[in-house]
Amino acid sequence: MSHAATHDQHDDHHGAPKSFFQRWCMSTNHKDIGTLYLVFALVMFFIGGSFAMLIRAELFKPGLQLMQPYFFNQLTTMHALVMIFGAIMPAFVGLGNWMIPLMVGAPDMALPRMNNLSFWILPFAFTLMLSTLFMAGGGPAGGWTMYPPLSLQSDSLAYVVFAVHLMGISSIMGAINIIATILNMRAPGMELLKMPVFVWSWLITAFLLIAVMPVLAGAVTMLLTDKYFGTNFFNPGGGGDPVLYQHIFWFFGHPEVYIMILPAFGIISEIIPTFARKPIFGYKAMVFAIASIAFLSFIVWAHHMFAVGLPMGAEIFFMYATMLIAVPTGVKVFNWVSTMWGGSMTFETPMLFAIAFVILFTIGGFSGLMLALVPADFQYHDTYFVVAHFHYVLVTGALFAIIAATYYWLPKWSGRMYSEFWAKMHFWNSVIWVNVLFFPQHFLGLAGMPRRIPDYNVAFANFNMVSSIGGFLFGASQLIFLGVLIHGVWFSKKKATDRVWEGAKGLEWTVPSPAPHHTFEVPPVIHDDELAHGHVND
Amino acid sequence: MTSGGIRRSFTAWAALALASFGGVAQADPSPYQLNMERGASTWSQVPYDLNNISLGVCVVIGILVFGAMFIAMFRFRKSRGAVAEKWSHNTMLEVVWTTIPVIILIVLAYLATGGITSWSDTTGSQMTVKVTGYQWKWRYDYVDYLGKPISKVGFMSKLDTQSDQTRQLGSGMDPYAVKVGDENTYLLNVDKPLVVPVDTKIRFVITGADVIHSWWVPALGWKLDAIPGIINAAWTNITVPGTYRGQCAELCGQDHGFMPIVVVAKSKADFATWLAEQEAQSAAPVAAPAAASTAAVPASAQSAAAPATAK
Repeated sequence: MSHAATHDQHDDHHGAPKSFFQRWCMSTNHKDIGTLYLVFALVMFFIGGSFAMLIRAELFKPGLQLMQPYFFNQLTTMHALVMIFGAIMPAFVGLGNWMIPLMVGAPDMALPRMNNLSFWILPFAFTLMLSTLFMAGGGPAGGWTMYPPLSLQSDSLAYVVFAVHLMGISSIMGAINIIATILNMRAPGMELLKMPVFVWSWLITAFLLIAVMPVLAGAVTMLLTDKYFGTNFFNPGGGGDPVLYQHIFWFFGHPEVYIMILPAFGIISEIIPTFARKPIFGYKAMVFAIASIAFLSFIVWAHHMFAVGLPMGAEIFFMYATMLIAVPTGVKVFNWVSTMWGGSMTFETPMLFAIAFVILFTIGGFSGLMLALVPADFQYHDTYFVVAHFHYVLVTGALFAIIAATYYWLPKWSGRMYSEFWAKMHFWNSVIWVNVLFFPQHFLGLAGMPRRIPDYNVAFANFNMVSSIGGFLFGASQLIFLGVLIHGVWFSKKKATDRVWEGAKGLEWTVPSPAPHHTFEVPPVIHDDELAHGHVND
Repeated sequence: MTSGGIRRSFTAWAALALASFGGVAQADPSPYQLNMERGASTWSQVPYDLNNISLGVCVVIGILVFGAMFIAMFRFRKSRGAVAEKWSHNTMLEVVWTTIPVIILIVLAYLATGGITSWSDTTGSQMTVKVTGYQWKWRYDYVDYLGKPISKVGFMSKLDTQSDQTRQLGSGMDPYAVKVGDENTYLLNVDKPLVVPVDTKIRFVITGADVIHSWWVPALGWKLDAIPGIINAAWTNITVPGTYRGQCAELCGQDHGFMPIVVVAKSKADFATWLAEQEAQSAAPVAAPAAASTAAVPASAQSAAAPATAK
């Protein structure tokens, strides 16, 4: 690609800067920042995972063996905060950073310096938050939802609130960047309705982020002023209302749930057509389904609050609105299956994870439908049934999609093929043990085991032990992932081709593997045949 | 786990699957319990039925969708020489698989709406109990029974001593040894249970004293948050005498896992006797000062009258 056409004053057109500090800390390159996000997410995934291992160790059998209940509560709280804000969200932002410019034919993100800032805030935010674990008084222990008045009893509230503010700023900047990139930087001919579904899903997700992260910031700021500045937003003694917080929080929280799954839908919608060698079924329906799920996410928040004593009319409204989400979600699942039908399928690791995603995410969707039914939710609410539900949608949903995306695009990033054998070992171990881990939790919840308890009656002992064994082995399986990644980035002898996968379509496969430091400095000439979704109107 | 253990587990699962799905009423968690309990109140059948119906619907849809996926994965493999087709639309099919879920959802919504309506109707109750959540115990105050106010019957209810000693970190005590009769009551027993009559519509008014708790007895079919500054109302009508156990269901601090709920449902006659004893007890210390003796008389008169009205 010619450098003559560029007009930028930077001196880094000829490759990445040599100095480590310059390259990684001062980077404005979407690929390097994408890598930073992904590495950060991986580190957080193992930190959050180690909390989960401790939780499952304490729950291995009845009686307290390892830790005081208060520390257990810190672990459940931190596990959620780290996994949601530290692992899943940054991983999707990293994938977006790396792939969106490559997929739409842009030379970089629209706002490269802001891109650097939005990443480099995160390590500081998490240092702030994780440091509370080493302080007198300990970390936050009131759950990741930080419901007052309980969260106001915590000594570490201020740290967590500031950390959440930083994460929010980071997310909003990332979202602005993605929207600006997608709307302004597409190569000529890359019309909106020819964009990859992954790009569409990120565009919609970015709008969700901008809409709701300020709401979270407002909610936690009110917590802060309630605790330290004498306000009474949530204090009934001063005319406030603890339930008000829950409304504000979940107005953020439910769109947040979709922020963590919509990009996953996008990823799966790229991977399945590639390995089925057949165009995605119902491209427009897929995009429209993502948009309708995003819209509905704003009007279902109180389904997290069916047990707070809402008026009957509110319970009925939020139940109906929640059940409605099953329709576009169903459309997506049916379309993925139809994409596979009549294809010519091979089952490389990205495809295996994508197929596991479709099945296991759907199981999480089923329990979601059951949870939407208010009278049944009176039983399910705040039990292990809910824990099973959201781990099916977040672990076998969001996380499996991230892993699938990593295997799918890693050869493009590193220029080397990962070890298919060890990747399949990782897949089969993950998919078996994750079910041993989470499926019995449905039974525990139905039998009456509440969430967030460090100890339980002996009737719950059997399934907890099964779940813990599954947990340890699922955790250990992720070390295989780490090994495959290290090998696939630095040591693999097998070079990746530019196309990487036989059935792969789209602009990202037209650049060399590994993708050079700068790509599409001159906009590519788009041929609809080369795009994954170039013939939508046919 | 040994293979014998696995075999035993499967036998137990099978037996309990039969018990769970075969409609045998069971209370309290049991080992290898797979499904929600049917419960022991007039309303608790509602969530139980909804749970089973929606689970059934999901299983059927799951078999169809996953079945289609597995057929596709088998038939349309490149290794079997499958050649990819080019189509990516089928309007008829898309309309069908949008419409059918809508119809299923309407049926489920109809059933659930009926359940919400009946649950929300706390009118016509014959008894009122006030429930207050504390860090980390419950308080029960009896407000009225059969139209008459109850004076000064109220008490704290907290984790029983044996569970409390056993649950301490490094206690060296065996949770399996915490028993009442044959039943293991580890973390599910209290020093003083809530006693209520059967076949009586009882209204609960529920609030919190410090942070948010949630009052949940699975056999009654619902849970409701106990929120400071807010009084929530719910009702139950227990049909079978017995002991029903539950736990706090909203994270409320370090001992959230250690504030169980025990409801003892007695026949109306037994309840009246119990209530009379409680009123006498609470009246006795107050009656000692001379000035209070007049207050004690109506209280005992009322408790004496209670058995007569009860039957």
